Amino acid sequence: MIDQFGAATAALLVCMVMTLIRSIAGPTVFDRVLAVNSFGTKTVLLIAVYGFLSGRPDFLDLALVYALMNFIGTIAVMKFTRFGDLAGMEEDEEEEIL
Amino acid sequence: MNATLIAVMLSWVFIVAGSVFVLIGGIGLIRLPDFYTRIHAAGITDTMGAWLILIGLMFSAGWTLVTVKLFVLLFFLAATSPLASHALAKAAFMRGLEPMLGRGLEIEDDHD
Repeated sequence: MIDQFGAATAALLVCMVMTLIRSIAGPTVFDRVLAVNSFGTKTVLLIAVYGFLSGRPDFLDLALVYALMNFIGTIAVMKFTRFGDLAGMEEDEEEEIL
Repeated sequence: MNATLIAVMLSWVFIVAGSVFVLIGGIGLIRLPDFYTRIHAAGITDTMGAWLILIGLMFSAGWTLVTVKLFVLLFFLAATSPLASHALAKAAFMRGLEPMLGRGLEIEDDHD
């Protein structure tokens, strides 16, 4: 007898495979970053659902940490692709934005 | 029909609906033709899929500390996912990635 957590785990795993296909085949770098960000969100959901599936919901702490790290990672990669530097803006680029 | 059975049925409904939204987002991430439309497909997974699955898990957990953790997780996902999508779309547009436009929707420079 499959319960609702098993169904959600199967759906999440199938969807993660689709996201991996897009992250490998994406034409631009933004497609790949989008796929990795979506993969991270699905990983958070998979950790939460698997905690309930195995009867140990203590995995939710890991899911919380993973959600925050996923957001920080996406913003860092976007800043790197836009400015070419993680430390800060260059002087001329700052004038260009303002 | 007691309260436990109602909670289990609500958990089934919410988690299966969330799984359907997650699958729709995954199919859209493969099938849609353009980067900006793929953001739309990923947004379905980030909002409706994640929210429905987490609400279903809350119904399954009951009034415990686990529900508080799920609520914090839902808050973080709701706060950070639109922000990441916005940063991604803005960075792509600033780098000059052109959106795919339909027939008759081309951007005209000499409009008036």
